[in-house]
Amino acid sequence: MESIESILEFNKTCVSYTKNTMAVKYVSAEIEKNSITAIMGPSGCGKSSLLRAVNLMHELYPNIKVEGEILLNGKNILSMNPIEVRRRIGMVFQRPTPFPTMSIQENVLAGFTLNGLRLDKYQREEIVENTLKSVSLWDEVKDVLNKKGTFLSGGQQQRLCIARALALKPDVLLMDEPTSALDPIATKHIEELLTELQKEVTILIVTHNMGQAKRISKRSMFMYLGELVEYDLTETMFSTPKDERTKEYLTGRMG
Amino acid sequence: MKSNFNTKQRILKDRSLFWGVCILSALTAIPLIAILGEVFIRGYEQFTWTFFTEPTPTAYKAMKAVNEGQPIPGGIANGIIGTMIILFMASAVAIPLGILCGAYIAENNKKRFAQFVSYLTDLLQGTPSVIIGIITYIWIVVPMKGYSAIAGSVALCIMMLPLIIRSTEETLRILPSSLKEAGLALGANKARVMLKIQLPSAFGGIFTGILLAISRVIGETAPLMFTALGCSFIRWSIDKPISAVPLLIWEFFNDPYQQELIWGASLFLLSFVLILNLLSKYLARKWNR
Repeated sequence: MESIESILEFNKTCVSYTKNTMAVKYVSAEIEKNSITAIMGPSGCGKSSLLRAVNLMHELYPNIKVEGEILLNGKNILSMNPIEVRRRIGMVFQRPTPFPTMSIQENVLAGFTLNGLRLDKYQREEIVENTLKSVSLWDEVKDVLNKKGTFLSGGQQQRLCIARALALKPDVLLMDEPTSALDPIATKHIEELLTELQKEVTILIVTHNMGQAKRISKRSMFMYLGELVEYDLTETMFSTPKDERTKEYLTGRMG
Repeated sequence: MKSNFNTKQRILKDRSLFWGVCILSALTAIPLIAILGEVFIRGYEQFTWTFFTEPTPTAYKAMKAVNEGQPIPGGIANGIIGTMIILFMASAVAIPLGILCGAYIAENNKKRFAQFVSYLTDLLQGTPSVIIGIITYIWIVVPMKGYSAIAGSVALCIMMLPLIIRSTEETLRILPSSLKEAGLALGANKARVMLKIQLPSAFGGIFTGILLAISRVIGETAPLMFTALGCSFIRWSIDKPISAVPLLIWEFFNDPYQQELIWGASLFLLSFVLILNLLSKYLARKWNR
């Protein structure tokens, strides 16, 4: 693979849930800056485990061990403070998770308020408007900013969650199957949005929708049983997969 | 192929089972309705303005009124005020403490100590209230050299704690874990996520638990006998013996000339509990939508 301008690098990253079983086995890969990289694979292949290792989500569960290195701009995330890491690496979950007691506006600003960062009225309005515009939600919600985020449709909620993550201006945005709970139209909106967003932020997206990976990602990883089987430009991987297992997965014989 | 199912018989069976269940459910409701009816019929006449504004009559006044065939003067204001003071102080301690403890258990359910605390909570919930009363007597009344509203509220606070801890813990546990993760993913620390996201999201369930805890202890009599003792006039100080509605019911029962007042006091207590229960049901439903 040709050399790339990387922002994130996995170096023999392992994730294990119990002592002897590894969910992610020695994954090494460089993630290109300002592009979309998809992680594909059948259920239980470790793709979510790998993604959640990046913003140290595994720290919440003491029995999960992450080994190896994950480098963000050359610095090992695993030895950094989780709070610092998570402010620079945002995350969007499978199901939309707007905070139910907060209004739309408060949801967008949640990253600031939860971290105790004070903003004046002007800054707040600017951040809310710009961020909601960047996820093309502004026109739909500008008159109901004080309504609860949970009143929105599923697709709108997910865009709100993306906005909430983007408001903190992260370097990397992790997405764990962000469209699997959404209908095709909402999915299309999000995909268009991601293609737009990659100019500003590096996106690492877990998906088990091959079509989605093909449509939006520049590079793809294929994982199987915890191993990174193949990592290449998405186009190359879909046209000429090198590994037999990748081929089987892409042609639908495995999955 | 001929079906050998006897459809008619099956429908009949289904019907009879359905009505059987209905009748048995109705039977279990009978005692409840009978109690409510009895208390209401005997008590509602006493619900006058003075019943809620006047303290209990002296034994002499009550005797005189009964002998002259007049309605008993006075009311239960001393009991109502006492109950409110005791409940207020008990809640002021039990609510924050119970919520914190419930949050701790819900967040650390793998830790030995949390499991131990959780087990103790169960034990406390099953402790007979008379024992809590006698313990509070030894802990508070003896060192303070006297019965007091403080002692009464300590006893009720201990009784409220397990209920609030449980409801907090259970409500926090049914929140989707992604909510907490989403908060942490924004770089917030655990305490802030708990305070700003998890607890507010669980507010409905926790509030329901608080209302149920209050309605559970409002009728407690035994622990108050050892701690608050009772008082025949309206009193606002918290370091002196104080009255409470359930204590009054017991006192009325022991005075042949005041027995009529039992029903008004009982109806008041019952209505209060009923309203709290309905309110908590309504809130729970509203929140779950």
